[in-house]
Amino acid sequence: MLRFKIEKTGAPVWMRSLIPVFALLVTFLITSGLILWGQANPIQAYYYFLIAPLTSRVSALEVLVKSTPLILSGVAVTFAFVAGYYNIGAEGQLYAGAIAAAWLGTVLGGLPPALAIPIMLLGGFIAGALWALTPALLRVKLAVDEVVTTLLLNSVMLFIVSALLNGPWRSPVSGWPQSPEIAPSTVLPKLIPRSRLHLGFVVAVLSVVVLWFVLSRTVFGLKMRAAGLGREAARFAGVNVGRTMLIAALISGGIAGIVGVSEVAGIHFHLIEEISPGYGYTGILIATLGALNAWGVAAAALFFGLIDTGTQTLSHAMGVPIYLGEVTQATMLLVTLAMLLLQNYRIRRV
Amino acid sequence: MDIVQMRGITKRFGPVVANDHIDFNLRKGEIHALLGENGAGKTTLMRILYGLYRADEGEILVEGWPVRINSPKDAIALGIGMVTQHFALVPPLTVAENVVLGFTDGFVLEKATIEQRVAEAAKRFGLEVDPSAVVRHLSVGQRQRVEILKALYREARVLILDEPTAVLVPQEIDALFETLERLRAGGLSVIFITHKLEEVMRISDRVTVLRDGRVVGTVETARTNERELARMMVGRETFGVRREERAVGEQPLLQVERVCAEDDQGLPALKEVSLVVHAGEILGIAGVGGNGQKELAEVLSGVRRPTSGRILVDGQDLTGATPDEFTAAGVGRIPEDRHAGVVGELSVAENLALEYLEEFARGGMLDREAIRRHAEELIQRFQIKARATDRARTLSGGNLQKLILARVLSRDPKVVLASQPTRGLDVGATEYVRQQLLAQRARGAAVLLISEDLDEILALSDRIAVMYEGEIVGVLPAQDADPERLGLMMSGAVKERQGAYAEV
Repeated sequence: MLRFKIEKTGAPVWMRSLIPVFALLVTFLITSGLILWGQANPIQAYYYFLIAPLTSRVSALEVLVKSTPLILSGVAVTFAFVAGYYNIGAEGQLYAGAIAAAWLGTVLGGLPPALAIPIMLLGGFIAGALWALTPALLRVKLAVDEVVTTLLLNSVMLFIVSALLNGPWRSPVSGWPQSPEIAPSTVLPKLIPRSRLHLGFVVAVLSVVVLWFVLSRTVFGLKMRAAGLGREAARFAGVNVGRTMLIAALISGGIAGIVGVSEVAGIHFHLIEEISPGYGYTGILIATLGALNAWGVAAAALFFGLIDTGTQTLSHAMGVPIYLGEVTQATMLLVTLAMLLLQNYRIRRV
Repeated sequence: MDIVQMRGITKRFGPVVANDHIDFNLRKGEIHALLGENGAGKTTLMRILYGLYRADEGEILVEGWPVRINSPKDAIALGIGMVTQHFALVPPLTVAENVVLGFTDGFVLEKATIEQRVAEAAKRFGLEVDPSAVVRHLSVGQRQRVEILKALYREARVLILDEPTAVLVPQEIDALFETLERLRAGGLSVIFITHKLEEVMRISDRVTVLRDGRVVGTVETARTNERELARMMVGRETFGVRREERAVGEQPLLQVERVCAEDDQGLPALKEVSLVVHAGEILGIAGVGGNGQKELAEVLSGVRRPTSGRILVDGQDLTGATPDEFTAAGVGRIPEDRHAGVVGELSVAENLALEYLEEFARGGMLDREAIRRHAEELIQRFQIKARATDRARTLSGGNLQKLILARVLSRDPKVVLASQPTRGLDVGATEYVRQQLLAQRARGAAVLLISEDLDEILALSDRIAVMYEGEIVGVLPAQDADPERLGLMMSGAVKERQGAYAEV
C-alpha cells in the first residue's frame, strides 16, 4: 500500500516567486469549468479578462480608473490590518467620506479648486476617521471585537445614506434619491482629456508611497508592525499597543473616506446609494492578496481593476454573466492563500 | 529478555537528523533511563515507539516480534503506554471517567461500575487516587498518577515517562519513585526520559545516553557515576557556574510592598507579596509553577497592574507604571516565555531596538543605520549566532535568549528581573545565561530570579523566597536552604515566617 506523509518544510525561494503565476494558472483551471458551463470558451474569456483591456488606450485608462478606488481601499485596509486591527468597516467609512464630499462640494463652490479640493480630501479623511472612531475606541478601551462592530456599522451607514438621499437631499427636480451636483470647482480635475482618469488616481498612488514609507521607514510604522505581529511582545517592549491600534484604525478609516471623495468628486459628481459596489470589502481581498505590503497591494489592486474592466467587455462579447469577474477575483484570493499556506509543506511517499 | 528492541532507528526533520541509527533495548522489569540534553533526540525516539512519529529507517521489535507502530492506538494494543509532560486529561471529568475514556466497551457507561473497576486497578497497582474525584481539583502529582493509572489500566507492560519530575516538588518525586519501584517489582518495564543525573542514579537500573541524535552508550547504573554520565551527555567535563560568596550591598534597589494582583480570571494571584532585593544580590523565587510567579513577573514588568501595594525601584515609585516606564527606571526584564518577549516576524535588529525606539528615531523616522550598527555590536558582544536581518523566529532557543539578554543587559539595568531564564535551554546556553546573571550581581545590580529549577535557585541565589498560592511563605538565606526544606515550603506544608517581610 502506498503511504504518503505531509512534512513541514519551507519551499525553495524560486518557487515562492512563482506563486502568483501558479495561482493564476490554478485560478484559470478552476474558473474554466464555470466558463464552460456558461457555454463560452475559457481561453477566449481570459483573453478578454487579461489582454483585451490593455489593447486600446481607452480601455487601458479605464483599468486605471477602476483601480483608483481599489488601490485606496486596499491601502486603507492594510493600514489597519498591519497593526492587528481588523477593520471590516472600510465600506461604511467610504460612504462617510462620500457624504462629506457631497456636502462640501455644494458649499465650497466659491473657492478656487486649489483650495476647495484639498479641503474636500481632508473633509473626507476626517469623516471616514470619525466613523471609524467608535469601534476603535470600543476595541481599545473595552476589548469589543472590531470585526463585529465595524461590519455592523456598514449597514448603519447605508441607512444613513439612504435617509439623506430620500430625505433632505432628494433631487427636487427628478425626485430621485440623488444629492445635488457638486460645484465645478470641487470636481477632481481630469489627468488626461477625454478619459475618466482623474486626480484621485494620483492620490491613490501617493497613498501607496505613504503606506510603504510609514511601514518601512518610520518609528510609528515599526510600532504598528510590532503591535500587529506580536501584540504581547510589543506591549512588553513598551509599545503602547492600544494607542498604536487606535491611530492605525483612524488612518484606515480616513483613507477609506478618501475613496468616497474620489468617487463622488471624480466620477459621479453627486452622491447616490450605489456609489460603491463593495470597494470596502474588495479592499480586504486586495490587502490580503497583496500580503499587507504596499507594492503587493498596488499590484493586486491593478489586477482587480484589470479584471473588472475585462469582465464588462467579456459579458458584452460572449454573453456570460458579469459576476464572473468577482468569482475570478475571489477564486484568485482563495487559491493564493492556499498556496501561501501549502508552500510550507511537502508530500512525501513513505 | 528484551521486551522492546529498537534497531537502527533514524528520524529526520528536514535537514536535521533527530535520531541517527539508534539502537535501544529495554529489558523486562527494568527502569531504563534515557539521558541526554535538550535536543539530543530522547523524546523523538520515544514518540516513534509510541507511534506519534514514524521512523525513516529502522525497525522495532516487541517481545522479539517485528511490529509496525503507526499510531498510539497500535502502541497501546502492544502494551506500550506513555505519560508526557503535558497531561492528556479532561479536567472537568472524574478520575474514573478519564481513565476509561476511549477504553470502554458497550454503549452505556455506568458510573458506579467504572469507578469500582478503576478503584480496583488503583489498588492493584498501588496508585493512591480517588476515582470519583474531579481531575480539575487534583494536584499535579495526583494528575500524573492518574496518567500512569490510565496507561496501566490499558494493560501497559511498557511505560514511557517523559521528564516526569519536571512538574513535581521533591516530596512528590519521592512518591513517584516509590510507585515506580513497586511497579517494577510487579514486572513493569519503564523508560524514564530525563536530563537530571541525580534521578538517573537514584531510580534506574540501566542508562542509555544520547547526544546529538546518537547513542553514546548504554551502561549499568551501578557501574557508573554522575561524573561519567555528565561527560557522556555533554561530551566534555561540565563545571557548572559557581557563585562566589561576597558581601551583598546595603542599598535596596527593588522594594515590593504588600502587592496584591489578580490573574486573568480575576482571581487573586498575588496576596500581599513583600520583597526587597539589594544591590549586588540575587533573590531567588522558588515555587511550583502556577503559584503566582507569572503574575509577580508581570506586575514588576508593568504588564499587569497590581490591585494594591507599592513597587519601588531605587526609591522611585513605579506602582502601576507602564512597561516603558519600568524600562526607563532601569528595570531589565527577561520574560518567562522568551517567544513572547520578541516579535518573531520582525528582524533581530528591529527586536533589539524595540524597547528604546526613541534613541533610534530622527523626527519620527527610523535611523536604520543606527539600528543596524547597534544590532551588530550586540550580536558580537553577546555571541548571538544570527544576522541582524534574520527574522527573530528563525533563531534557536539559546540564541533567542541571548538576544533578549543583549537587549536587557547592554543597558546596565539597576534591577534584573529574570523569569525562568534557562527553561528549555541546553547545557551550554544555560551556563551562559547563569554566568551573565552572576556578572550582573557582581556589577551591583539587584537580580530577582524566578525559577522552577531548584538547582538553579540554589546555585545562584543569595537569598531564597518561596511562593505558594500567591504568597511568599518564607525567605531563607542561601546557606540555610536545602532541597528538602524548600520542597516542604513549596508544597505549602510549612510556612517559615508567616506573612514575612522578606528581608533578612
